[in-house]
Amino acid sequence: MYRYDNYDQKIVDERVAQFRDQTERYLAGKIAEEEFLPLRLQNGLYVQRLAPMLRIAVPYGMLSSNQVRKLAHIARVYDKGYVHFTTRQNVQLNWPALEEVPDILAELASVEMHAIQTSGNCIRNTTTDQFAGVAVDEIEDPRPWCELIRQWSTLHPEFAFLPRKFKIAVCGSEEDRAAFLLHDIGLQLVKNAQGELGFEVFVGGGLGRTPIIGSSIRKFLPKQHLLSYLDAIVRVYNRYGNRDNKYKARIKILVKAWTPEVFAKRVEEEWANIKDGPSTLTDSEVARVSSFFTAPAYQDIDSIIADQSLTAQATENNAFSRWLERNTERQKQAGYRSVTLSLKPAGVAPGDVTDAQLETIADLSDQYAFGELRATHNQNVVLTDVLYSDLFDLWQKAKQSGLATPTIGTINDMICCPGGDYCSLANAKSIPVAEAIQRKFSDLDYVYDLGDLELNISGCMNACGHHHIGHIGILGVDKKGKEWYQIQLGGSANKNASLGKVLGPSLSRDEITDGIEKLLDVYVENRIADESFLNTYQRIGIDKFKERVYASNS
Amino acid sequence: MPQILKDTEVVSDNWIVLDESAESLPTGDILLSYEQWQNFADQLSNHSGSLGVWLEGHAEIEQLIEPLLDLPLIAINFPKFADGRGFSSARLIRERYNYSGELRAIGGFIRDQLYLLKRCGFNAFQFSDENELSDAAESLKDFSENYQVSVDQKKPLFRRR
Repeated sequence: MYRYDNYDQKIVDERVAQFRDQTERYLAGKIAEEEFLPLRLQNGLYVQRLAPMLRIAVPYGMLSSNQVRKLAHIARVYDKGYVHFTTRQNVQLNWPALEEVPDILAELASVEMHAIQTSGNCIRNTTTDQFAGVAVDEIEDPRPWCELIRQWSTLHPEFAFLPRKFKIAVCGSEEDRAAFLLHDIGLQLVKNAQGELGFEVFVGGGLGRTPIIGSSIRKFLPKQHLLSYLDAIVRVYNRYGNRDNKYKARIKILVKAWTPEVFAKRVEEEWANIKDGPSTLTDSEVARVSSFFTAPAYQDIDSIIADQSLTAQATENNAFSRWLERNTERQKQAGYRSVTLSLKPAGVAPGDVTDAQLETIADLSDQYAFGELRATHNQNVVLTDVLYSDLFDLWQKAKQSGLATPTIGTINDMICCPGGDYCSLANAKSIPVAEAIQRKFSDLDYVYDLGDLELNISGCMNACGHHHIGHIGILGVDKKGKEWYQIQLGGSANKNASLGKVLGPSLSRDEITDGIEKLLDVYVENRIADESFLNTYQRIGIDKFKERVYASNS
Repeated sequence: MPQILKDTEVVSDNWIVLDESAESLPTGDILLSYEQWQNFADQLSNHSGSLGVWLEGHAEIEQLIEPLLDLPLIAINFPKFADGRGFSSARLIRERYNYSGELRAIGGFIRDQLYLLKRCGFNAFQFSDENELSDAAESLKDFSENYQVSVDQKKPLFRRR
């Protein structure tokens, strides 16, 4: 993974010093509350329901074992002994003290980490596929491009006070695992007829109150022009995006108002002025950054023998077999698999992990995965490059630490925002709903029979829990001071991205798990062969689901 | 006399911001709004002092800047500090139109934006609150290195590292 040189380190160190000074001036009453607000947000610091919340950047989800140990240390010393993995591959601390945040940032800087631009109306952490570099269907490793974007966007002089937050995702594979069509800018790595690498550029996707799927504004952007083209897009947005109403301020509203064609034309006009300037990427810079993402020292594995031994182990141990089936993925490298460590055991807020678990993750990474790991937008952790012959040992150790819940990709692997338990924006709690669902569907055979099913829960319409793109989406709403839950069906974040449709009137907290069960019954009764929930829904439509859920109420 | 930050120094400012309701030009160095500059067009050539024009951050720079490029002072107003349009306007004025006179930030910007404002081409800063200018000047030195191209750094870091 990328390692800082003196320049990178200096910039991050100076940011810590800048924020320390800002915090001291704020505490001394020399910065007004409303002025400190964006300054702290641009360093990931929120003031929440119970305490401040600090969001730490994990650029495109990559972490080293060393960094994870530092997170464990920070969780223990400065917080209550756990951290939360977010849906944008970042990490959050729920209970830091404002006065100690500069010290936390200094600790982070010591392991090449920061909280720069993890909130605020600026360019946020760039996200990508958790299987980058190992995915079977990869066109090109997206991580060097993510790192180039990270550097370009970090403390960008012109774009620190945009109309609203701005998120970029890069997809380097055939299948989309980054929900890139639901970002302000989505970049798809492509090759043209001559075999040259570039990007198809999508703009104006996003969730929130007005979910929209991004529109393609350029079929092929040669790779060396990436940064100047991004400059052009964000400049047009900075100048013309709506600043009067925060709910109409995202780029998606501008793209929709102008039409994607007009927006594209404005970007091209702006770009014509800066194209081929000094921001044009050089081959040597692309090579320099790419050199950090080279293959580890893979062993030459006889994949037939490796496969046979693994199959033998799986045959002997049903629990291991289940985990292997759900929690591991094949890689393009023979004899190695990627392992998803689940942060979704029942009874724990999805994405929460303790300091001790973080240390176990770091140890497992060192022992089995070349000391690296990835945070996923599904709020789990992935270890790549694990030898087939190590999988059984890894599973046993992960199991001891509660990291081997064998439910990846199932209904119990839900995406869930912190919700009303922590977040001051939330209309309703989301964590207890997730827990109730996990407890209700605790029979693994039933869960496996349901197969791939994405259930996403947001505690308000800001949609941090991505409810619009869940096969089943749950949105917390407030009605006269009471928590209610609206169900949406048919959302999907793959390349044929679709937004969920509202099922009907919202349900109370007591009704929600029974409601979900009825949806699942309709699916099981109507599916053909091994058809997924999403495919069955797409074939039979929403009415049958609706009739069942609301039958008893009529 | 009021003071401003210019380059890195605290200096006295002798520019007079023309009152909104002014019906004639006073003597001295005058900073006019773009509308005033148009309205007083016939008196400007006889004025003995210097003239400058201030623009809103969201001004359509491409459509109005060319006649202003010979002025010794162009100012950009920040209606509030969170309105970042003035950052783009400043870069356009410096980088696309090669303006080399004084480019001054006025209005509601804050000290903690100084470093970024400077990178976008501002070299003078007229705070609405004028306290502790020499302290504020410290924020011009927040960073010693940057990744991107900016008005004060023509090469991105990747062409220098």
